[in-house]
Amino acid sequence: MSSGGVLEHFTYIVTVFLMVAGLYVVIARGNLIKKLVGLSVFQTSVYLLYIAPGKLIGGTAPILSPHYTVYSNPLPHVLILTAIVVGVATLALGLALAVRIKETYGSIEEDEITAADNAVQDAEDARS
Amino acid sequence: MTALSLALAIPLLGAIGIALAGRRPNLREGVTLATAGLLFATVLRLLDPVLAGERPQLTLFEILPGLSIAFRIEPLGMLFGLVASGLWIVNSVYSIGYMRGNDEQHQTRFYVCFALSLAAALAIAFAANLLTLFLFYEALTLLTYPLVTHAGSDKARAGGRTYLAILMGTSILFLLPAVIYVWHVAGTTDFTAGGILPAGMDSGTLTLLLALFMFGIGKAALMPFHRWLPAAMVAPTPVSALLHAVAVVKAGVFSVVKVIVYVFGLDQLAGATDWLVAISGFTIVAASVVALNADNLKRRLAYSTVSQLSYVILAAAILAPLSIIGAALHIAAHAFGKITLFFAAGAIYTAAHKTEVSQLDGIGRRMPWTMVAFGIGALSMIGLPPAAGFISKWYLISGAMSQEAWAVVVVMLLSTLLSAAYFLPVLWRAFFRPLSAEAQQHCHGEAPLPMLLALTCTAAGTLALFFFPDAPLALARQLLPTP
Amino acid sequence: MNLVEHLPALQVVLPLLSAPLAVLLRHGGIAFAVVTAGAWAAFATAIGLWLQVGEVGVISYHIGSWAPPWGIEYRVDRLASFVLLLVAGTAAIVLPWSRASIEREIPRELHYLYYAMFGLCLAGLLGITITGDAFNIFVFLEISSLATYVLIALGRDRRALTAAYRYLIMGTIGATFYVIGVGFLYLMTGTLNLVDMAERLRDVESSRPVLVALAFITVGVSLKLALFPLHQWLPNAYTYAPSAVTAFLAATATKVSIYVLIRFWFSVFGETLIFERLPLPEILLLLSLAAMFAASFIAIFQDNLKRLFAYSSVGQIGYITLGMSFDSVSGLTAAIVHLFNHGIAKAAIFLLIGGLVLGLAKPGGAPPAPTFDRLAGLARRMPLTCFGIVIAGLSLIGVPGTAGFISKWYLILAAMEAGQFWLVGAILLSSLLAIAYVWRFVEVAYFRPAPEAAGRQEASLGLLLPAWLLVIATLWFGLDTSFSVGSAAEAARFLVKVGG
Repeated sequence: MSSGGVLEHFTYIVTVFLMVAGLYVVIARGNLIKKLVGLSVFQTSVYLLYIAPGKLIGGTAPILSPHYTVYSNPLPHVLILTAIVVGVATLALGLALAVRIKETYGSIEEDEITAADNAVQDAEDARS
Repeated sequence: MTALSLALAIPLLGAIGIALAGRRPNLREGVTLATAGLLFATVLRLLDPVLAGERPQLTLFEILPGLSIAFRIEPLGMLFGLVASGLWIVNSVYSIGYMRGNDEQHQTRFYVCFALSLAAALAIAFAANLLTLFLFYEALTLLTYPLVTHAGSDKARAGGRTYLAILMGTSILFLLPAVIYVWHVAGTTDFTAGGILPAGMDSGTLTLLLALFMFGIGKAALMPFHRWLPAAMVAPTPVSALLHAVAVVKAGVFSVVKVIVYVFGLDQLAGATDWLVAISGFTIVAASVVALNADNLKRRLAYSTVSQLSYVILAAAILAPLSIIGAALHIAAHAFGKITLFFAAGAIYTAAHKTEVSQLDGIGRRMPWTMVAFGIGALSMIGLPPAAGFISKWYLISGAMSQEAWAVVVVMLLSTLLSAAYFLPVLWRAFFRPLSAEAQQHCHGEAPLPMLLALTCTAAGTLALFFFPDAPLALARQLLPTP
Repeated sequence: MNLVEHLPALQVVLPLLSAPLAVLLRHGGIAFAVVTAGAWAAFATAIGLWLQVGEVGVISYHIGSWAPPWGIEYRVDRLASFVLLLVAGTAAIVLPWSRASIEREIPRELHYLYYAMFGLCLAGLLGITITGDAFNIFVFLEISSLATYVLIALGRDRRALTAAYRYLIMGTIGATFYVIGVGFLYLMTGTLNLVDMAERLRDVESSRPVLVALAFITVGVSLKLALFPLHQWLPNAYTYAPSAVTAFLAATATKVSIYVLIRFWFSVFGETLIFERLPLPEILLLLSLAAMFAASFIAIFQDNLKRLFAYSSVGQIGYITLGMSFDSVSGLTAAIVHLFNHGIAKAAIFLLIGGLVLGLAKPGGAPPAPTFDRLAGLARRMPLTCFGIVIAGLSLIGVPGTAGFISKWYLILAAMEAGQFWLVGAILLSSLLAIAYVWRFVEVAYFRPAPEAAGRQEASLGLLLPAWLLVIATLWFGLDTSFSVGSAAEAARFLVKVGG
C-alpha cells in the first residue's frame, strides 16, 4: 500500500467515522430510540468494513468469462447480507422493547425510567 | 465386607435409621445406642490385627488422577478411632438423659448429626492420605455446625458464626494450600512412615509449610485461632462433651501428629519446629490463665481444653520419640478426663441449673457422686496419679528431657500448677463451702440416672487407663519406626 | 445415509426446527412437548458426539458437503463436545422444570412463544459451540442473543424490560465488536475457517490489523461472558428474568462465550507469538482478580437472593478466566472444569430459587421477589429447597466433596506451577467471601424466625426433582471426577499442545 492520501483510505475513514459516531450516540444519549439509531449506525459501519475491501476497481461479478480477468470477492456481500438481517432483527426487537417500556413506564428517557424504578424501590424499603 | 468398611458404614446407616425412627423417641434412642455399640465392637475387632502389625486398607474411588479417597488404619488412627467410638456409647447414654431432662427441641436432627459427625471423625482417624483427611475434616466442621447452633437462638447463631468462620477460614486459607503444595512437590499425599516430602527442601519453605498446616488445622485450637472452641460452648453439653472434648478437637491434634509424623517425618523437621514449641507453650500457659479467670464452668473447661490440646502439639513439636508416645497417649487420656468433666458440668446444669463456678458452693453435698467424678477428671487434667493424665505427662516430660528442652519442662510444670489452680477451687467450693441461702431453697439431688451412669463410666475409664495403659501404649509405640 | 455420520448437523438442526414448529402450533402444551423433545434429542446427540470424539478424535463435518475452508465446517473436539453436553444437558433438565414455573410467571397465551424462544436460544448456543467457522459463530451468537433478550423481557417485573433492553444494547455492541475483529482477520487471512485461519495467521502474526482483531474479539466476547467490569448487564438480567431463564442462562450463555474466547485464544491465536506483543493474559488476570473480589463482595450486600447469586456468577466467572490466563495445562483444566462445575451448581441454585419464589407466592398470585425479609425461617417451610441451595452454595465456596472443590484444586495447582504464590492467597481469600454470602442465606433461612407460623409447604416434586438432580450432580462431580476432569484435562492438553 503506497502512502496514498485521504482518497486511498477514504472507505476506512468513513467506516471509522460511522463506527465511532454510532458508538458515541449509544453511550451519550439517554433516549432509548436514539440509542437504537446509534446502534444501527454502528452496525452499518461494519457492513462497510467488510464490503469495501471486497471490491476491486475494475473488477466484475465473479461469473467466469474469457472477457474478464479481474473479479470482485463475492463472499463479503454474502456475509453482510446475513449481518444486515441480524441488524434489522436486532433493531426490530429493540424498538419493540422500547414500545413496551413506553407502555409500562410512560417514558423512553433513561433517567426518567431509572427515577421511576428508584421511587418504587424506596417505597418498598419504606414499607418494610 | 471388611471390618474397616463396616466401621465407616455403621454410623452412616445408623444416621439413616435414626432419621427413619424420628417419630418414636424410644426406638430412635435405641437405634442410637445399638449403632454406637455395634460401631465400638467393630472398631475393637480391628485392634488385634493392627497390634499384630496389619494395616487394613480400603480404597473407595479416585477423586483426581492419582488421588483417591482411601482409608488405611495405622496405630494412631486406631487409638483415636477406639476412643471416639467407645466414648460415643457412653455419650449416647448421657445424651438421652440430658436431652430429655432439658426438654430440648429437634432431637432427631441432633442424633442424626451426631451419628454423621462420628462417621466423619472415624473417617479422619482412618484416612490414608491428606485429601481424604481434608475432605472429612471439612465435613466434620459442617456436620457439627447444626449441633453447635442447636438452640437456634441469637447467641447460638453468633457462636456458630465464630465457629464456622474460624474453622472454615483457617482450613481454606492455610490447610488447603498446604495440602495442594504437598501434592505439588511430592506427587503424593499418602501418609507414609518417615514422611513424603522430597529431601533437601530449604528450611524456609519447610517452616512456612509447617505453619500452614499447624494454623490450618484450626481444630487443634493453636492460638490465635482458638476462639471457636469457647464459642462452641453454646451447644448442648453432650455436644461439648463428645465433640469438643473428644471427636472434633482430637481430630485436630490427631491431624497435627499425623502430619508431623507421616508427612514431614521427624528427621526432616529437625530444627524447624522451635517456633511451634514456643507458640504451643504460650498457648498452654495463656489458655490456663484465661481458664483461671473464667467463672462460667463450661468456658473454664473449654480453655482448659485449648491448653491441653497444645500439650499434644508441643509433644509432637519436640520431635522426640518418647514425646510422640506421650502425644498419642495424651489424646486418649485427655479424652476420658475431659469428657468426665463436661458430663459433670452438664449434670450440674440439668439437676441444679447452675452454670457458673461461683454458684457451686456446697454442691458436693447435694451431688457427691457427680463431684467425685469431677475430681477424678480434674486429677487427670492436672496430671496426678492415679489418673490417666499422669502417664501421658510422664512421657511428655521424659521426651522433653531427652531432648534437653528445659524450657518445655518448665512450661509443663507451670501449667500443672495453673491447672491445679483452676480446678482445685471448684472442688473446694463444692465440698467445703456451705450451701448458699438461695440454693438451700431449691431442692435437688443428683442428675438423672443415665447421666450419672455415663459420668461414672468415664471416670472409671480415667482411672483404668492409669492402671492398665498397655493397649494404648502398645499402639503408641508402633507409631515409631522400629529400630 | 448414516445417522451417526450426521450427528453434528442434527445437534443444531433438531432444536432449531423445534422453535418454528412451536410457533406454528400455537399451543402451550404442544409447544412444550415439541421443544422439550428437541432439547432431549439434542442431549442424546451430544452424548453420541461425546462418545464418538472418544473413538475418532476430532470430528469434522462439512455442511452441504462443501469442503472446508470454502464450506462451513462443524468441528467437534473434546472441548466442544464437553460444552455441548453441558448446554444440552442443562436445557434437557430446565425445560421440564419450567413447565410448572412459567405457569405462574408468564401469561398463558405467551407460553408457546416462550418455548419457541427457548428452542432458538438453545440452537444458537449449540451452534456457537459446534461450528468451526468464525462468521457462523457470529450468526449463532445473534440467534441465541436475540432469543435471550426476548426470554428476559418475559419476566413479570417491569424492570425485566429495561434489563432486556440494556442487555440488547450491550450484547449487540459485543457481537459487533466480535464481527469487526473477524472482519480484520478475514482481510488478513482470506479465510473464515478457524483451523485454516490459525495456519494462515502465522504468516501475518506481527501485523497491526491482527493485533486489532484480537483486541476487538476479546473485548466483544468479554462483554458477552460478563467479564468484570463488562458485566453490568448481567445482575439485572438474571434478577428479573423468569426463574427458568435465569437458571438456563447462568449455566450456559456465559459459559459458551467463555468457550468462544478459549477457542480464539488457544486454537486460533495459540500458535502465533501475538501474546508477546499484546499483554492480554496479564490484563485478563487482573480483571479476573477484580471480579473474584469486587463482585463477590458486592454479592454479600444484596438484598435479593437472585441478585446475590447473579453477582456471585460474575465472581465465579473470574475463576474461570483466571484459569485461562495462566496459559498452562492445569490452568486451562481448571477453567474448563469450573465452567462445567459452576454451570451445574448455579443452575441448581436458580432452579431452587425458582421453586422458592413460587412457594412464597400467595395462591393464584404472582411470585414475589426473593428478598431476605421474605426468606426468614423458610427452611422450616421448604427444607429440601433450602438444603439444596446450601449444598450447591458449598460448591461455590469450594468445600471438598463438592464439584467446586475440584475446580479450586486445579486452579491453585496452576498458580503454584506458575510460581505465583500470592495468587494462591488471593484465590483462597476470595473463597471466604463466598462463605459470607452463602451463609447470609443460611442464617436468614434457618435462624431468623418466620414472620407467620406456617406448616411445611415444600415445592412440588416436578420442581424439586430436576433441581435436586443437579444438586446431586454437584456432589457426584466432586467425588467422581473421571468424566469432568477427564474431559477437561484432555481438552486442555489438546489446546495447549496446539499452542506450544
